[in-house]
Formats: sequence, C-alpha cells, structure tokens
Amino acid sequence: MPLLNVGFRAAWRTLSPACYTTLAALAESRGDSALLLKSTSTDIYENLALEDWLHEYVQSRDRHVLLLWRNCPTVVIGRHQNPWQECNLKLMRDQGIQLSRRRSGGGTVYHDLGNINLTFFTSKKKYDRRGNLELVISALKRIRPQLNVLATDRYDLLLNGVFKISGTASKIGRTSAYHHCTLLCNSNRHVLSSVLHSPHQGLKTNATPSIPATVKNLCDEDPTLTCDLLMDAIAMEYARQHSCQSKIMLVDPKDNLLLPGIAKFTQELKSWDWIYGRTPKFSISHYFSVDHNLPGAEVELNMSITHGRIESCNIKLFSDWLPSMMCNQLASDLIGNKFCPTETLILASAYLRVCSQDNELCTKWNALCEQVMAIM
Amino acid sequence: MPGYVCHADISHTTSLVKAQYNVLLLVPCLPSPSRVSRALGVDAVLTSFPVKMAAVRALRSVVGAEGLRLRLGVGRTPLRQICVHHYRCRSNTHFLKPEYPTFNKSSVQLNAQSKFLRTSTAVTGQVVQFKLSDIGEGITEVHVKEWYVKVGDTVSQFDSICEVQSDKASVTITSRYDGVVRKIYYSVDDTAYVGKPLIDIETEAVRDVVPEQDVVEAPAVLNEEHTHQEIKGQKILATPAVRRLAMENNIKLSEVVGTGKDERILKEDILNYLAKQTGAILPPSPEISPPPPESVLSKPKGTSPVPKPITPTLAFTGKDRTEPVKGIQKSMVKTMTVALKIPHFGYCDEVDLTRLVKLRKELKAVTEDRGIKLSFMPFFLKAASLGLLQHPILNASLDENCQFITYKASHNIGIAMDTQQGLIVPVVRNVQVLSVFEIAAELNRLQTLGSANQLGTNDLTGGTFTLSNIGTIGGTYAKPVILPPEVAIGAIGKIQVLPRFNDKGEVIKAQIMNVSWSADHRIIDGATMARFSNLWKSYLENPASMLLDLK
Repeated sequence: MPLLNVGFRAAWRTLSPACYTTLAALAESRGDSALLLKSTSTDIYENLALEDWLHEYVQSRDRHVLLLWRNCPTVVIGRHQNPWQECNLKLMRDQGIQLSRRRSGGGTVYHDLGNINLTFFTSKKKYDRRGNLELVISALKRIRPQLNVLATDRYDLLLNGVFKISGTASKIGRTSAYHHCTLLCNSNRHVLSSVLHSPHQGLKTNATPSIPATVKNLCDEDPTLTCDLLMDAIAMEYARQHSCQSKIMLVDPKDNLLLPGIAKFTQELKSWDWIYGRTPKFSISHYFSVDHNLPGAEVELNMSITHGRIESCNIKLFSDWLPSMMCNQLASDLIGNKFCPTETLILASAYLRVCSQDNELCTKWNALCEQVMAIM
Repeated sequence: MPGYVCHADISHTTSLVKAQYNVLLLVPCLPSPSRVSRALGVDAVLTSFPVKMAAVRALRSVVGAEGLRLRLGVGRTPLRQICVHHYRCRSNTHFLKPEYPTFNKSSVQLNAQSKFLRTSTAVTGQVVQFKLSDIGEGITEVHVKEWYVKVGDTVSQFDSICEVQSDKASVTITSRYDGVVRKIYYSVDDTAYVGKPLIDIETEAVRDVVPEQDVVEAPAVLNEEHTHQEIKGQKILATPAVRRLAMENNIKLSEVVGTGKDERILKEDILNYLAKQTGAILPPSPEISPPPPESVLSKPKGTSPVPKPITPTLAFTGKDRTEPVKGIQKSMVKTMTVALKIPHFGYCDEVDLTRLVKLRKELKAVTEDRGIKLSFMPFFLKAASLGLLQHPILNASLDENCQFITYKASHNIGIAMDTQQGLIVPVVRNVQVLSVFEIAAELNRLQTLGSANQLGTNDLTGGTFTLSNIGTIGGTYAKPVILPPEVAIGAIGKIQVLPRFNDKGEVIKAQIMNVSWSADHRIIDGATMARFSNLWKSYLENPASMLLDLK
C-alpha cells in the first residue's frame, strides 16, 4: 500500500503543480465517495495533529473519510477538562505514560496499543454519530455474530449490556465535523483504572468531569480477536456502506509533502500551553503534615490556578516550625509560576541559595517544597 | 451659473458634468443636500444610495472624458465617499472645490463647513445580532467553554468566535460578519440557547450582512460558497458578496489573486484589483489623503498645502509588550541579584583534548554495553574533583558577613543545563567518591528525570562547585556568573579542531577546547585559580595521569 501511495505522488508530481501532491488534492482527484486511511504512527501528538489536518484541509463536503489509528500508552483528556482532576499525573510520570489533550469534547480515556481509535470525517450536514456506531456494530457482528454489542444514548458501546468497550467524542467546525471513538480490544485494564484515578480530593472546578464506567476488553469475551482483525473488519464494512475501494491508504503524520503544515499542528498539541494551559480555572485546597513525628507541623495550602498558572497562593503553617516569613515568601513567589513541579523546585532551590545556610532550615524547607510539589 | 439641482441621482450626473456643472457627490443620504450645495458653492449635491458600482464606472468614464479625475474612497469606513476633482473646466464658473479636494472623514473635520456634513460622519455601521445557529441533532442548548474574542475586537467572516460544548461534541462557532464586537451575551460556563443572540457585531454596510435566512439553511449556503468556477481547472473560492462585487465590476475571478484562506478571494483583493485597473488612488481609510498635485490648483490659495511627493511609508505596526517576570526567570533574577554582590575575576585557558577524544571513543562502546551514554562531562567532573582535593578553597563557602569560610567536605558539582523550561542546575553529589562510569550513570539519570519533570529537591540543591557546558550549544570563551553560596564556576566552550605545534615543531591537528573560570576574589586569588586550572588541564590533556590520583 505504501508503494501505491508513493506511486500516486510521483505521478501527480510530474503531471501537475505542487499543490496536487498533498493529501487534500489527492482525495479530490481520486473521485471516490469515501476514503480509508490508517496512520503508521503510534505517537498521540502526531495522530491528533493528523486528525486536525484532515479536519482543516480535506473538504469533507460529500467525501467521507475514516481514519484508523492506535497509540502508545497515553492518557487523552477532553478539550475542557482538568488533568489534575482526571488522572494520576505522578503515576503517569513514573511509568512514562504521556498526557495529551484533544480538540473534541467529552471525557478522559486511556490509550495503548490494545485500543483502536476510529475517526469518521463527514460534512456538517451528514454528521451522524449513531450511524457511525451502527456501522461499527454491524462490522463486529459480521465477524463475530455472537457478540452482544449495543449503542447507548450517550453514544457509548456496551458489551453484554454492562461493560463499556467504546467512548465517543466529536468536533463540529464550520463546514465539516468529525466523530471519533475508541474500541477496547486488549488494553491493559489494570493500568487503565489506576491511571484514570486522581489522588486529589480538594479540587474545585467547572471543568467537564469524566463519568467512570466499568470496562472490558473485546478479547476477554473472544480471545481470537486482535486489533488488526477489528480494524480490517471495520474498514470492510465502511467500504461496503460507502461503495468505495476497501484498500486502506497508509499515512505517515510526519510526511510534510503529503500533509503540508502538519508540523505546526503537532507542535501546538505538544506544547505545555495546550496540554496544561487550557485547563479551565480551578482551585485546590490541601491539608497535610510536613513532619509526622512532630505534632502541630500541619500546613494548609490554598491555590487558585488559571490557564495552568498559579493566580493566588496561600500557605498557612499552624506552628512556627518554619518562619512564617519564609512561607509567605514562597507563596508570593509561586504566583505567576506554572503549576508544575519543576518550576516550583527551581524556585525553591533558588531561594535556598539566597537565604542563610542553616542546615536544619534547609531540610525543613525542602520537606515543605516536596509536599507542595507532590500535588502538582 | 446654472441653477441648483437637488436630489438628483447618478444617472443625471453625466449630463450635469457634460454641461460643465460644478458637481459634488456624497453618499449616503444627506438630510439637506440643498443647504450643503449652497454652503459649498457647488451646483449640485447628488445623493445616491446604495451606490451601484456599475453606475460609478459609467460616471468615471464620462468624467475621464472631460479631463476630470474621479476619486474613490473605499475601505472599511461606513461612508462610501465619492467626489469629483475639477482639474480643468471650460466654463467660467467659480471654483470653490479645490479647497475641499476629498471628503473622507478626516478632511471633513478640517472643513469649516463641517457642521453640515456632520451627519455623514455620524452615520456608523449597523449593529447586528449574531444568533447561535442550529448545531444539529436537535440540540437546543450548549455550554460556552471558551471565548476567542472580546468587546472591541475586530472580526472577519469565518473567524472563530467561541467554543461551545454539548453532549461530548465540541463546536467552534465562526463569525458570519465582518465588523467589531460590541457586546457578548454569555460568559464562560454559561448555558447558551440556539436561536438566541450570542454576540453583537457592528458591521460596515448593509451589503455585507448575510440575511438571517442563511442561519437555518447554513449547509446549503455553504455548499453554494464552494461552487467552483472551473477556470483552467483551478477552483476558486469566494463568498457570494465577493462574487457580486466582481460581477458588478466585470472582473473575472480567475484574474484576481486571492489572499484569503485556501487562496480564497476576499473583498480587499477585488478592490486592489480595481485600483490597479483604473489607476484610481485608494487612500487608506482613516488617514488624510495626500494633497492633489500642483496642476490641480488653478487658483492656489495662500494657505493651501504645498504638495509633497508621495513616498510610500512602510507601516510598522509593532508594539512594545510588557509582561511580568515569572517562572524560571524569577528564580534567575533572585539568584543573580545576590551573585552581583560577589566580586568576580576571570581566568581563561585552552585545553588540548586530542588524547581524551581518542579515549572517549574507545570507552563509548564499553559503557553502551552497560546501557549508559558517555559524554565528556564525566571526565571534566572527575578532573575537577581531583583538582579540588588539592585546592579545597575552591569548594568552600563564604558566610554573609565575610567572616568565616566553610570548607565543604563533599564535592557536589552542579552541571548548568539548558532544558525546555530554561536553565536548570542539577547536582551530582559526592563526585570525590564516584568513578567516571558512576558519574556518567548519574548524569544519565538526572537527564531522564529532568525531561520527565521528575527532579526532586535533592537533585537541585546542595551544590558546592558548578560547571557550565555552554559548548554543547557553541562559544569559546565565556564569563560565567558564580551561583551563590559557591565561590567558583567554570564554563566549557566547544571543541574545535585547530592547528597547533607539537614538540618537534610540526603543525598537527589538535582538538582544542576553551575553559573560562570565574572565582570570588574576596577569598580566592589569581594564583590559586591558575594552579587549579593547570592541574585540571593536565589531567585532561593526559588522561592517563588521572589514574595515578584516583582513589
């Protein structure tokens, strides 16, 4: 399939001006009513950028596109969600699981290579989430008629009426729209449940909350199923319903010739400002003890965070375990900083450099900072 | 002088001009054209609203035939002002026109008679309510999640206004009009209703407003929008308003260069094309247009402006931007303000690393087998530690009152690194007891932690000596700043291949690296620094000598 891709590009390059080698022009010229694409990358940022690019540049007037993709372990939060509320960031950092924010709404999901993602691109008029889910169900039924899968009002797919195997989200633009959903084939459920559980209790926010659900893998029900099998089945069903070729075209999201300008999308999706900075305003309240052996070493921490940056901060010590002047200094210095452990750490260590070198004070200060960093 | 003619329309204009009437045209409607014409001493004030571009073109051709020039005022101003310059006239009619060469807003203000024309400046664009259109699937209400504009912003058609969410669908609402935002009906997290107003936009002219019906038939209109003019196989995108403008002016869309998104043809593109075609001057909207050339003024007055050559000025719209110091910069400000108090002195030298480069190449394979990347830094650190053993004052700290020197036992050497977030100085602790391999492993660990956002307080505090590897980015000599409470720092430049003389006097290729030390002159003198540097240099130039002193 990549050979065909290259062949197409080579042919177009000789025949027409440069603009016809892009995917948008290719789609226009193929003349099919629908296009089947599969991403060769497993990087979440590249795949999300590919989605954006297709949404922006491939005019989906009457041409429908289906994109199949999978990712390395990553947590994907919805457009208006709060990562601190939705997942366990510390655990994710320890295990090397990435965090990303998509452009469509909805709740948080965990992706790994045992999970398939499907994106249906249509025009705004033909936007039909139920129809897309029915397509997936009929694809599943065709290869495994005994599977009991149905779609709910909330556009989830349930297995045996109880277990969620797919979640949905969508984005509607001016002329085109897309609807994407996940499909659990053989994902790591243990990691999924531990990572999607936030340790924070004192978080107050208006961000869209996720609704937790009991999940199950399709291969738990039928061990012969694999991701590739499912992807092929869905592609076949799509081709059948749209009367087009069932050949899946492989797309590399790093290809700048085929997808000019995609690097810009990828950069934006990776940036701190997009992933954390787009969090709606929230406040956090944390009550902890800096020294368990010492009674009265309790600290109350109150912060309000806008656009991922600390807007106001208050650190109250219930004893004089540490001079209050130092706590107030820390609190006022944190204002304007990103709500990020590294920045807090750098600030804290800079402060240690400039103040006196009392060893005991240093240790206490470090202990306090560690606790403050732990909630970020 | 012919009598006054009032309320004439444009079709009469041509005959008037032919009869050599002194004519002034103003659009849109004036309340009392007769008063205006009397005041200005012109023969006729014509009002015509709306102006048909075809009529204007016809007028222009007539006017041109008479040796007159037509000036068009266009742009984003609410007024479409057209006036006629009289550069030559066959009759003896008295000309008052030259005093008022153009009638755009600003020159109207200069006009003493402006009170009669005040209404023209008071006519602003209309304020249109932009209602939330139907999103589909029977949705009646949505949550407003993010605003991209605020009151006073200028928006163009198709610009994003806000982001709303309904039932897991995130929708981007784009503007239907060009204009300025005058009112926003909802704030973030409010519930917005379909069919109710979302924002108010003040638009420029009626023509640009797409009628309400489009709301319901949004997909149909959009389809029409994308109907392509298949000219030479190229598909041209332009909105219906733009197409109308082009049609009226008999312009082929294929000849116009589109500057909008997807090479879409915008209204500005049509106007630019018109300007080029007819040679009419298009003044930028709010500015005073340049005064007419000398030949115009048949009766120059004493106070009339001296015509200046029109030099195109490059409009630089850059503005200063002030933002508060935050994040890592704040930490740097703190640290460096204290560092300023330390009297620095510098000492620089060059080191021949030819032998070390060879050694590293050989050892790289060994460490990679053990899963560790080996750079030059572990060697620099170890050599520094060996040097500090001989000159412990460089690993000391001076108290605030400059009365006590504390000689630190551990060599906790910090490496100044440039990361995504900025300058970070992670510390390798107890270098004096670590082997070169162990130092390499520790550096690897710190780098991984740094990129995963997982550094702990132990990793960034407790440093006693610092090395800065600016050479990875570039540079030869530097002037590093000591990080308090330390007393010395070294900046390592890049490794260059340079010609040097060997013992036999031959020119050989040498791998040369520069190092720049800074030290606290209150307790360290030049000689100490020089000796430390020589020792460090000798270890690196002859790595085998490190073996002798390794513990």
